[in-house]
Amino acid sequence: MSKSNLLSKRTKQLLSDPLDDNNPITVQVLGICSALAITVQLKPAIVMALSVLVVLSVANVIISLMRKVIPSRIRIIVQLVVVATLVILVDQVLRAFVYDVSKELSVFVGLIITNCIIMGRLEAFGMANGPWDSFMDGLGNSFGYAWILIAVAFFRELLGSGTLFGYPVLESLGIYELGYENNGMMILPPMALITVGIIIWIQRVRNIKLVESK
Amino acid sequence: MDVNKNSNTFGFTVIMVIIVAALLSTAAIELKPFQDRNVELEKKQNILSSVGVTIDRDGAEKIYNTYIKSELVLNVKGEEVEGSAFDVDLGVEMKKDANAQLLPLFISNVEGVTRYIIPLRGKGLWGPIWGFISLEEDLNSVFGAVFDHKSETPGLGAEINRASFEDPFKGKTIFEGEEFTSIKVIKGGAQDSDMHGVDGISGGTITSDGVSDMLDERLRMYLPYFSTLSQTDELDLVFNQLDSLVLVDNSNIN
Repeated sequence: MSKSNLLSKRTKQLLSDPLDDNNPITVQVLGICSALAITVQLKPAIVMALSVLVVLSVANVIISLMRKVIPSRIRIIVQLVVVATLVILVDQVLRAFVYDVSKELSVFVGLIITNCIIMGRLEAFGMANGPWDSFMDGLGNSFGYAWILIAVAFFRELLGSGTLFGYPVLESLGIYELGYENNGMMILPPMALITVGIIIWIQRVRNIKLVESK
Repeated sequence: MDVNKNSNTFGFTVIMVIIVAALLSTAAIELKPFQDRNVELEKKQNILSSVGVTIDRDGAEKIYNTYIKSELVLNVKGEEVEGSAFDVDLGVEMKKDANAQLLPLFISNVEGVTRYIIPLRGKGLWGPIWGFISLEEDLNSVFGAVFDHKSETPGLGAEINRASFEDPFKGKTIFEGEEFTSIKVIKGGAQDSDMHGVDGISGGTITSDGVSDMLDERLRMYLPYFSTLSQTDELDLVFNQLDSLVLVDNSNIN
């Protein structure tokens, strides 16, 4: 592929589509489990988004490079092995060199393996497209996943704990003196689902073509 | 070439497994020293932090040797035995029969004050939790506590390693009169007057209960040692009193 094609209209679309029209969380409703589990605070949400970004884009490229030699009967297993290997490598490297971050993420690094977005993209895109497009598709979907995660974590941490990145925002703004109390519901998983639901609602009001016809 | 032939499928699988196995084992072996070093330094950092010395991980090594004066390994009868307390792995010990366990104990001396640091280990919701609790010289009041966990839920159970959870342990006591009364983590919050209770974590009840159980179980193991210590204290006291009696007697004679 020549240089001029590197950011063609199609590749740009690969990047931008998952942010809105084809968002993995709000439109395809994939990867919900991690969106519920690690959005209590902003910091783990961001590190999780970064880890998914690395795993998804690299796995997509690897699968895309191997797509012509993978026997179709075991393709899902092959995808799983590639993802699992990458996740274990990421986990080991985090543990050796950025110990604090790896502690912050605890079990959720391992859970990237089961993130439906990753398997979904490998099967739907990496298996059928070239490495560069697959890489862009991986990036695009990771960004789509990331912004939802960060948005949900922002509201949950702010309303649930009154902090952002652990900094007591509401306290320094003096909101508590007006009679506000932290909403304990926000730190429980159901409120993450409701927050995602509200984002989906707002998105569909703004973007009518996403609403299914009856 | 037909990639879907059986022989191809087998071949592909075998090659893939060999490559992945080689890759992962190399990574694990190469990275192990770095990971172990992190764990060791973190342990030192935690021990120091339980006696109020906060230091970054890289500085922990030097400061540790300055402040931690002795490391003892005890048996369940409270007698000292041979061994390196730092290397005793509570995870391994706790799988042994209760009578065969080795109990590590660290004694610190920070600015002339002696404190006893007891390592803790127990079960959280998803995996092990551990920590260190330091007792004042009276072996009753808590000077400080640090906790950590392997895989508790971030924002919920994982909050046990935050200062907001650890600080309330300061000044609590583990004896009610003569009787051992461990510190409990209380759901919904502890009364201010409760000397054996601290506030639990909303949404982290199972981890909080794990902390309560861990404290009760581990501290109880050290009771025999505590009683030998306080007996020697009492003996000292008796000797001191005898000395003063002798002095009084002498003065009477004169």
